[in-house]
Amino acid sequence: MKTLAKAVNEGYVIAWRNLLGVRRSMDWLFAAVVQPIMFVLLFGFIFGGALGGGQYREFLVPGIIVQALAFNSAFTVVGLSTDLGKGVIDRLRTLPISRVAVMVGRTLSDLAVTVVALTVMSICGLLIGWQIRGSFLDAILAYLLLLMFAFAMCWIGALIGLVVRSPEVAQSAGLIWLTPLTFISSGFVPLDSLPGPLQFVAEWNPITAVMNAIRSLWGNPPAPGTTTLGSESWPVAHALEYSLLSSIVIIAVFVPLSIRMYRRATARQ
Amino acid sequence: MTAAEPAVDMAGVAKSFSGHRALEHVDLSIPTGTVLGLLGPNGAGKTTLVRILTTLLQPDAGHASVLGHDVVTESAQVRQHIGVSGQYAAVDVNLTGFENLWMVGRLYGLGRSGAAARARELLDQFRLSDVAERAVKTYSGGMTRRLDLAGALVARPRVVVLDEPTTGLDPRSRMDTWSLVRDLVSDGAAVLLTTQYLEEADQLADSIVVLNQGRVVERGTSDELKSRAGQECLEVSADIEHLDDLKDAMTLIGDGRPVVETHLCRARVSVRDRRADVSALLKLLEERDIPVLDLSLRRPTLDDVFLELTESAQTEGPSA
Repeated sequence: MKTLAKAVNEGYVIAWRNLLGVRRSMDWLFAAVVQPIMFVLLFGFIFGGALGGGQYREFLVPGIIVQALAFNSAFTVVGLSTDLGKGVIDRLRTLPISRVAVMVGRTLSDLAVTVVALTVMSICGLLIGWQIRGSFLDAILAYLLLLMFAFAMCWIGALIGLVVRSPEVAQSAGLIWLTPLTFISSGFVPLDSLPGPLQFVAEWNPITAVMNAIRSLWGNPPAPGTTTLGSESWPVAHALEYSLLSSIVIIAVFVPLSIRMYRRATARQ
Repeated sequence: MTAAEPAVDMAGVAKSFSGHRALEHVDLSIPTGTVLGLLGPNGAGKTTLVRILTTLLQPDAGHASVLGHDVVTESAQVRQHIGVSGQYAAVDVNLTGFENLWMVGRLYGLGRSGAAARARELLDQFRLSDVAERAVKTYSGGMTRRLDLAGALVARPRVVVLDEPTTGLDPRSRMDTWSLVRDLVSDGAAVLLTTQYLEEADQLADSIVVLNQGRVVERGTSDELKSRAGQECLEVSADIEHLDDLKDAMTLIGDGRPVVETHLCRARVSVRDRRADVSALLKLLEERDIPVLDLSLRRPTLDDVFLELTESAQTEGPSA
């Protein structure tokens, strides 16, 4: 218990350090605030006009929110690889702190950035016609689900950051796999409109599950011209369960993997 | 541990990276209150040795301990007692000087006010109080290095590892760092100092270990190393037309035959008895009316030692 309390305390100090860096560097401000606003407005009005106006925008906002949170995991990649490259992590490893403290600190601070981005995007969404039609409790549940998903994505980002080790590569390595993953989903178009194999992938994509789960919880409509959020396949019918499960699995797999990689990565010359 | 036990002890330490031997059977020890200078060309294994001592790497063979704690099995205790300042200043440029030190203090387990007090104290000691509240990215290179050093001393470590602490520093900051190392030692710390500046090792180190291609090729005090590199010599320059006369005169003094470097207009001869040889030569120059341009007694420098010992690294192809 004492060890755990110590690790959490150290993680908190490191998260504080990371967040000071976020507040003082302009690119992070851009990433947490400007980019989400841009996403919502661009997609909302460029696709929105052609695809169904107000109803499309209400359908779109949850998708955009999930995509932006997934993209935020790239900050974890860049943050960790930068610290590795500059020797900050080596320095921290010579201090008598828990080995998980650095990783916990990094993912916590990225989660805090995510909260800011989530708030900004929700306000922005409200301004362009998105709204929460479900109950207060369901709405809170949807936000908690999003945070858990974002936290899980950070740990994937952590592993990538430790593997690539170079901030320059990290930027693209952190984003490249996310672009197809977030687009082959129910984020922007109805699942039914996708060709067969892509539809299958999209249905089983955990990102689709998160998008559909929060749409249900917030009471947002399906895409214009459709009546449901997708087919009758299991992951679509059980979006809430499947999204929870996949976040838990990601955390259970990537936390130990990242911690192992952290020990090894810093042990290289 | 007993008083006689050295603060740092390494025996038979070896480390390879995918077939390349970075360190081979390295022994060294650092008694409390002394500085060990670790010299070697790039790629000699200095950084690997430092990383093993600071628990960042595990040795393949041999063992290393700090204040009696093994760096592998008791790494947590080792980290309590060491302070490390790396080759590259590992400070956070977005944080202020104060915040950097405060964070390190907190991570060492100091309370909020304790960490703040210690940070202020160190900022003062390192002449950084004026810029304490400014982000480190506005600091000069010298200031950043000083802050990095201060960070190594937050927990008043008994063993301090300084990996090329003055690389890239201006002369003033270098002198500051030297006096700081002397203070640390007089307070009883043991210091491992890696450096490429031989003068630095000469100034600070109680004992010197020269690494080359992962092996210890020489060890001893600075004076011992120099005396092993050869005798003192008397070096005289003259205009080219007087070189032959000069050579003849120098044949009559010193130890062995003089060596003439015609292209440098210079001759030198090893000496045994400085006073007798110098005055004998001066007398000969006077009698034979040989004008000289320059005359000096030269002891071998640490550079001579270093170059001689590490020559193989330069001649035997790539080693970095």
